Amino acid sequence: MTHKRCQDTGDHVKKTAGPQLSRILAVFLPAILLAGCAFNNAPILNPKGPIALAERNLLLTASALMLIVVIPVFIMAFVFAWRYRASGGKGKYTPDWGYSTFIDAIIWIVPAIIICILGYMVVQSTHALDPYKKLVGKGEPLQVEVVAQDWKWLFIYPEYGIASVNEIAFPNERPLSLRITSDTVMNSFMIPALGGQIYAMAGMTSRLNLIADAPGQFAGRNTMYSGEGFSDQHFVATAMTDEDFKAWTDKVKQSQRSLDAAAYASLAKPSVANDIEYYSGFEPGLFETILAKYAARPAHSSMKSGQ
Amino acid sequence: MLGNLSMDSLPFYSWVAMSGAGVTVIGGLVVFVLVTYLGAWRYLWTEWLTSVDHKRIGIMYIVMALIMLVRGFVDAIMMRAQQAFALNSEGYLPPEHFEQIFSSHGTIMVFFMAMPFLTGLINIVVPQQIGARDVAFPFLNSVSMWLTAAGAALILVSLVIGKFSQAGWTGYPPYSGILHSPGVGVDYWLWALAISGVGTTMTGINFIVTILKNRAPGMGLMRMPMFTWTTLCTSILMAFSFPALTVVAVLLGLDRYAGMHFFTNGDGGNMMNFANLLWIWGHPEVYILILPAFGVYSEVVATFSRKRIFGYESLVYATACIALLSFTVWLHHFFTMGSSANVNAFFGIATMIIAVPTGVKIFDWLLTMYRGSIVFHPSMYWTMGFMVTFVIGGMTGVLLALPPADYLMHNSTFLVAHFHNMLIPGALFGYFAGMNYWFPKAFGFKLNETWGNRAFWLWIIGFYLAFMPLYVLGFMGMSRRMEHYNVAEWQPFLQVAALGAVLILFGIICIIIQLVVSVRDRKLAVDSTGDPWNGRTLEWATSSPPASYNFAIIPDVRDVDAFAEMKSRGVAAVVPQIYEDIHMPKNTGMGVFLGGGGFVLGFAMVWHIWWLAAVSLIGVVVLLIIRSSNDDNEFTIPASEVEAIEKQRQYTPFTTTADTDKIAAGTQAGQTVPGSV
Repeated sequence: MTHKRCQDTGDHVKKTAGPQLSRILAVFLPAILLAGCAFNNAPILNPKGPIALAERNLLLTASALMLIVVIPVFIMAFVFAWRYRASGGKGKYTPDWGYSTFIDAIIWIVPAIIICILGYMVVQSTHALDPYKKLVGKGEPLQVEVVAQDWKWLFIYPEYGIASVNEIAFPNERPLSLRITSDTVMNSFMIPALGGQIYAMAGMTSRLNLIADAPGQFAGRNTMYSGEGFSDQHFVATAMTDEDFKAWTDKVKQSQRSLDAAAYASLAKPSVANDIEYYSGFEPGLFETILAKYAARPAHSSMKSGQ
Repeated sequence: MLGNLSMDSLPFYSWVAMSGAGVTVIGGLVVFVLVTYLGAWRYLWTEWLTSVDHKRIGIMYIVMALIMLVRGFVDAIMMRAQQAFALNSEGYLPPEHFEQIFSSHGTIMVFFMAMPFLTGLINIVVPQQIGARDVAFPFLNSVSMWLTAAGAALILVSLVIGKFSQAGWTGYPPYSGILHSPGVGVDYWLWALAISGVGTTMTGINFIVTILKNRAPGMGLMRMPMFTWTTLCTSILMAFSFPALTVVAVLLGLDRYAGMHFFTNGDGGNMMNFANLLWIWGHPEVYILILPAFGVYSEVVATFSRKRIFGYESLVYATACIALLSFTVWLHHFFTMGSSANVNAFFGIATMIIAVPTGVKIFDWLLTMYRGSIVFHPSMYWTMGFMVTFVIGGMTGVLLALPPADYLMHNSTFLVAHFHNMLIPGALFGYFAGMNYWFPKAFGFKLNETWGNRAFWLWIIGFYLAFMPLYVLGFMGMSRRMEHYNVAEWQPFLQVAALGAVLILFGIICIIIQLVVSVRDRKLAVDSTGDPWNGRTLEWATSSPPASYNFAIIPDVRDVDAFAEMKSRGVAAVVPQIYEDIHMPKNTGMGVFLGGGGFVLGFAMVWHIWWLAAVSLIGVVVLLIIRSSNDDNEFTIPASEVEAIEKQRQYTPFTTTADTDKIAAGTQAGQTVPGSV
C-alpha cells in the first residue's frame, strides 16, 4: 500500500521533470544574454584602477577555486536523485550503509585544502590591498579630506586651499590619499570603478588610497543607508591629466564663495541631490574642527559646577 | 495621560499606510468575528492559548510564523515593485515609506517569521524525538511563546498607530539615535526585539535543559537524532548570543530615552561598539536560523532516501564546529570599518573555516541519497532545492569573506542576494520541508502533495529570478536600500527580480491552498499509524496526533535511528502489559497575561506613557510572584485512563514485502553501524 504511494509520487516526478527543465531554461536564457551585455558597463567587472583590478581578480580566482566543490555538488545532486529514485532508479539500495572512512576523509580534507589556499590568499591580499596603505604612483599622493553630510559629499583639498561638493577631481596615475569622516550618521564612501569602500564615521577618521589608470569619469556614492536623501547621494569622480587638473583647481579657485564657519554651517544642513559646488577657500583646520565636534568631553563640567 | 499618543499617530497621511493599517485592522476583526461566530472562544482559551503542551505551543508558533511570513512578504513585493519602476522617478513610495518597509521586512522575517517557525518545529518535534513527555520547563515555554507574540503584536500595531523604524533591521546608530530618528519607529523596533529576545533566551535555556536532562534511557549524546543535535546547538547559541542583543537594545534605549551617548554622535559616542555587539549576536543568529533547518534536512533526506544517514558522527561534529565558530566571525559584517589588515584577515579566515563543516554536511546528505531509494515527497524537493541553491550562496559567502572582495561588494545588492541565498534555501526551505514532514504528526493527516510540489517549484524558480539579478546588480555597482536610481541599465534586472517576487507570491498562495485542500480532504489522508513515512526516529513512535503525554511507556533506545531499530527488532508495536500514572503540567493563563503585560509595557514605553509602563511592569512582577508561589501546577492522568487512550490506538508497524525485499538485497544489510554500541 505504502509502496504504491511512493511509486505514485515517483511517477509524478518523471512526468513533470521535462517541462520543468525547459521552463527553467526559457526563463534563464534571456536573463543570461541580458547579463552579458550589461557586464560591459559593470564597474566592478571593468575596473579603472589597479586596486579595483586586484580586488576583482581576487574575486574571480576565489570563485574558480570554489567551483571545485560546487560543481561536484550539482552533479551529485542530479545524478543521485535520478539514479537512486524509488520509482525505477537503476542504483543499488543499501539501507544500512551509513559510513565510509575514506569518503569521510575526502569530504573533510578537500574543502579544508581549498580553505587553506584561500586563507593564504586572504592574508596576502588583505595586507596588499589594505585601504590604509600608501600607494606608489606618479608623484606624491594627492591629499583630499572627505566629509559625509546629509546627503552629499564635501571634498577638501588642503594642498590647494579649495573645496568642492559632490565632485572630486584628481590626476590619473597619481595616488589619491583620502581622509574620511562624517558630520552626520554613518556613511560609506565608494568609487566602484576604482576600488572598495570604507565607512565614514563622526568623530573618527578612516582612510582610503586609490589610483585611476587613465582619465575618465566615474560614479561614486554613499553605499550605507543614511536617510531620506540616500538614493541621490552620489558624486562624480573625475580622473584627469595633470594639465586638466591644474585647470580644474584654477576654476575652483575662482569661485566667489568661501567655506567660512557660517557657510559651512549652512552647507551641513540636510539637502537632497545637492548640485556640484566649488569653494575657493575654507576655514583653516576645517576637517579637524568637524572631527572635534564629536570628541568626548574632557570632564563632566556640570558635575564639577555641582560641587 | 496618553504620552505622545494623539490622533496624528493614525495613518491618515498616505494611502499606502492607510491600506496597510486597514488590512491589519480588518484581518484582526475577521478573526475576532469568526471565533465569536463559531463560539470558539472558550475552546481556544482552554485548549490552546493557555496550553503548556509543547505540541500546541509549537503549532501556535508556526501559525504566528505563517501570518508574519505573509506580512513580511507584502513588504518584499512592495520593495520589488518600487525598484522595478523607480528609474529617475519617485515610484509610488516616498523614501520615508520605502525605509519603513525595508526595515520591517528584515525585522519581521528574522525575528517574527523565521524564529517562531523554527521554534515551533523544535517544540513539536524535539521532546518526541528524545522520548520525553514534555519540555523541561513547560510553563516557561508558554511564557517564551507569548513574549514572542507580544513582539510580533508590537510590529503589527506599528502599522496602525504611529510608524515603524526607518533605520533598517539592524538599526545602526547614529541614524537610529534620537537626533536622526526622532519618531516612535525605532522604539517600536527596540521594544519588539527586546521583549521577544527575552522569550528566545528562555527558549534556548529550556531546550538545552530538555535535551540534556529529559532523554529516554539509552539515548546517549551520540544517539541523538540530527534534528535534536542541531536544536541543542541552536539552543546554546540562543542562550549565549541573545543576551548581547538585549544589552545592545538597552544601551541604544538609554541613548534614545535618557540622552546618553553609548553609540550616538556626541560626547565621544562610539557607533563601532554597536556594530560589534549587534553582530556578536547577529552572526550566531544566522546559525540559529539555519541549524534547525539543517536538522530537518538530515531527517528528511534519511527518511525519504529510506536509508540510514551517512556520516552521522561527521554531521554531529560539523554541527558543533559551526556552532562554535559562529561566535568567532562577527567582524566580517563590517570589514569596511577600517580595522587593521591583521584583524580583517583573522576574521576572513575564521569565516571561511565555517565553509568546511558546512560543505561536509552537504556531502553527507548527498551521500545519504547515494544508494538510497529516494521518494520525491515535497519535503524531499525542498531539501534538494536547498542543496543545489545553498552552495551558490555558500560560494558568494566565501567571496564576501575575502576582505578585499568585501570592500567591493559590501552594502551592495550582491550582499542582499547572498544573505537571501543563505536564508531562503538554508532556513525557510528547511522549515517548509519540516512542515510537510511533521504535519501528519501534529494533526493526524497528511498535507496534499500536489499543491506542495507546486509551491516548491514556484518558490525555487521565483527565488532564482528574484535574487540572481541582484548578484549581477551588485557587480554593476547598485547599493542596497535605494528608493530610486538613475542608472538605466539596472532597470531590466530589477524588473526580472520583481517577476521573481510575483512567482514567490504564487508559491505562498500554493502553500495556503495546500493547507486548505489538506484540511478539506483530511479524511482521505488520515495517518492512523503515527508513522506515515516509515520514519526512523522516535517521534514516529507516538500516535498522530500524539496523546498529551506523548509516550505511555518511555521507549528504550538502542540506536541513532531508535524507531527504525525498534521496528526491525519487532518491538515497535508491542502493547505494554502495565500502564503507569502520568504527571503532566496544568494549563495556565499566566503565559498569556505575562505576554500581554510585556506588550503593554512595550507599547507604553514607545509612546512615553510612563504610568502605564510602571503599572504593567509591576503587574508582570506581581504575576511572576503569584505563579512562583503556586505549587499546585501538575495533575495526574491515572493509569486506567492512559490505558483507555492507548487501547484506541491501532498501530501496525510499517513494513511491506517490497521494503523487506529491498532491505534483504542490500549488500551491507545487518552490518554494525556507528552509534549502535
